[in-house]
Amino acid sequence: MRIKVSHQTEYTYAEPVSGALQQVRLWPVDSPMQRVTDWAVTVDGGRVEAGYSDHHGNQVRLVCADEGVQALTISVEGEVETADTSGILGPVYGRAPLWYFQQPTALTTAGDGVTALADSVRNVTGDLDRYHALSGAILDKVAYVLNQTDMATTAEGAVSQGSGVCQDHANIFVAAARHLGAPARYVSGYLFMDDRIEQDASHAWAEVHLDGLGWVGFDVSNQISPDERYVRLAIGRDAKDAAPISGLRMGQGDENLVVSLQVQQ
Amino acid sequence: MDKPKTFFNEMIGNGTPRAPYAKYGSWFSAQNGDRLAQKSQEAEGFFRRAGITFNVYGQADAEERLIPFDLVPRILSNSEWTKLAKGVEQRVRAINAFLHDIYNRQEILRAGVVPTRLIAQNDAFLPQMMDFVPPGGVYTHIVGTDIVRTGADEFFVLEDNARTPSGVSYMLENRETMLQMFPELFSQIKVQRVSDYPKNLRASLEASAPPNCEGRPFVVVLTPGIHNSAYYEHSFLADQMGVELVEGHDLRIVDGKIAVRTTRGYRTVDVIYRRVDDDFLDPLTFNPTSMLGVPGIMDVYRAGNITIANAPGTGVADDKAIYSYMPQIVEFYTGEKAILKNVETHRCSEPEALKYVLDNLADLVVKEVHGSGGYGMLVGPAASRQEIEDFRAKLKARPANYIAQPTLSLSTVPIFTDAGLAPRHVDLRPFALMSPGSVDIAPGGLTRVALTEGSLVVNSSQGGGTKDTWVLED
Repeated sequence: MRIKVSHQTEYTYAEPVSGALQQVRLWPVDSPMQRVTDWAVTVDGGRVEAGYSDHHGNQVRLVCADEGVQALTISVEGEVETADTSGILGPVYGRAPLWYFQQPTALTTAGDGVTALADSVRNVTGDLDRYHALSGAILDKVAYVLNQTDMATTAEGAVSQGSGVCQDHANIFVAAARHLGAPARYVSGYLFMDDRIEQDASHAWAEVHLDGLGWVGFDVSNQISPDERYVRLAIGRDAKDAAPISGLRMGQGDENLVVSLQVQQ
Repeated sequence: MDKPKTFFNEMIGNGTPRAPYAKYGSWFSAQNGDRLAQKSQEAEGFFRRAGITFNVYGQADAEERLIPFDLVPRILSNSEWTKLAKGVEQRVRAINAFLHDIYNRQEILRAGVVPTRLIAQNDAFLPQMMDFVPPGGVYTHIVGTDIVRTGADEFFVLEDNARTPSGVSYMLENRETMLQMFPELFSQIKVQRVSDYPKNLRASLEASAPPNCEGRPFVVVLTPGIHNSAYYEHSFLADQMGVELVEGHDLRIVDGKIAVRTTRGYRTVDVIYRRVDDDFLDPLTFNPTSMLGVPGIMDVYRAGNITIANAPGTGVADDKAIYSYMPQIVEFYTGEKAILKNVETHRCSEPEALKYVLDNLADLVVKEVHGSGGYGMLVGPAASRQEIEDFRAKLKARPANYIAQPTLSLSTVPIFTDAGLAPRHVDLRPFALMSPGSVDIAPGGLTRVALTEGSLVVNSSQGGGTKDTWVLED
């Protein structure tokens, strides 16, 4: 499937900024699931000061807002050719070893809630069935509700609250999968939806590493494994690692964020 | 290890001075005691005027203290030193290779030589350093290896300080003080110079600049500020090297590089000798509340446009559980047996070792694996019954957090007291500089001395003092 993405993130500042930095991870990489045919990221109101491949293999750019601006816009225009691999990325490895994806992070440390979810599927036979069951158990416990959680919400926090969005679902999935002993990671990306072009936010799901299959994706929010409608952007151990944009701003004044996203065929 | 009845006295053997101390011994015996007492007073005044003080964590009433200086030098012969220096160089190279491996291919883990758990659960392991090689492949630009001696030819490494070893300013000031107080001594006895250290440090840092650096590399020293316990050393080293001392807010990103604010605008920085801990280095990547670092510096670093010395994440090699594998680490990367010995180390994470340690607490030194500076440790032979029982509870609660070592019979060197010379226990911290081409070790290093009779704890934070350390020319 050919997926066209148009994604604009605009920060506006009440006061002229004296320093705002954004770490940008908006470059999809080629894999058995996707081939990037056309991709451009442009910055308005700031400059790219550094570019590199990070420890998860994500392409990163450091963007600094220009002195005194009141708006910084990061725009993506691109096309990706995707394939349906039944959610299986396969044995695609970067430098980060598997044991690294078994370690908890601050956002994905299993507490009582995550542990209970993991234990509820521990005895399900068959790796794929077990993780599909985990995905189901998470959505049963944590309903998809907008605006109840934020970037700082931990997996455990979302479980005890009983609500969250795709980001929380993915954090919970990786935390629980690690509790079951499997290497697991967070994936940020885009999802083509059959019924709409305009979307409010990018998407997130999880991948777990299974013997014989390699990395396999699970989208808790939609209760499926990723198919040809998914575009992988960045990976990490949690939502923070794989955030498409994460920033820091010096100085006073309110910051406002407007995202516009179109995903279409 | 049996408890010794006597300790190796580095100055006096069989009632007469050992060879390295022969000339000094005859000079000393010709001195007038009152004059030396007078000199000892002068030395304190010298240090006070120079402002060489340090802060002790957890002691609010003693914000600035002077580290006591003893005027009797610690003397090593050239041949003793040559062997030591070779051992330190071997160890420093191995540690650098270890860090490069741990953050890239991890062959030592795959070979099963070091357990993966020790890296996976190590707080000092920085994932952000994975799949990246710092400029010139150098991680540990500066290393301070703590060495103890137990016999004429018995040297052991106690700790590898690959993070931000401090104390080199004392090595330099101690020598300067001795030269001022006893110039005649240095004309009678040929002692290897240490005064080249700042020049060598600067050259070594410059040699580690990013490959795309143009012209002479621009070096700065980054300090957390005047409230840091080692601020004196930061300003001293910047001054001695002839480079700028900066704080985080003096630096920012300009044209993809780190730049320092000067009276004539921003100037590109190529190498940062930072005395700010990893966690505080970059609020964008690490601790978001840090005001001490430079936002975005890790991105510039990964893009290859700045050298950070020492590299972030080197603390993984300082871990005391990793230490216990150092002989294997040296052999793995150098193909040679370790020249310097390790102290026998019991890893409390292992059930049999834990049992042994719990049964022998009164004879052992127990340390936290991530600890430093003599904090949070138990010195069994010096501890009360209650202290031992309290520690036993802590140890049982988190065994993997501790290692234990036998109480070492540290060598002694005399200090000058009102009653004449009196032996006190010492250790040695040589300072090694690593650049892409070479390892350079200042002759001698910092000798720390436990001023209390019988004490084995030499840390300045625990009441230790320092001595000038001499390596003889021949």
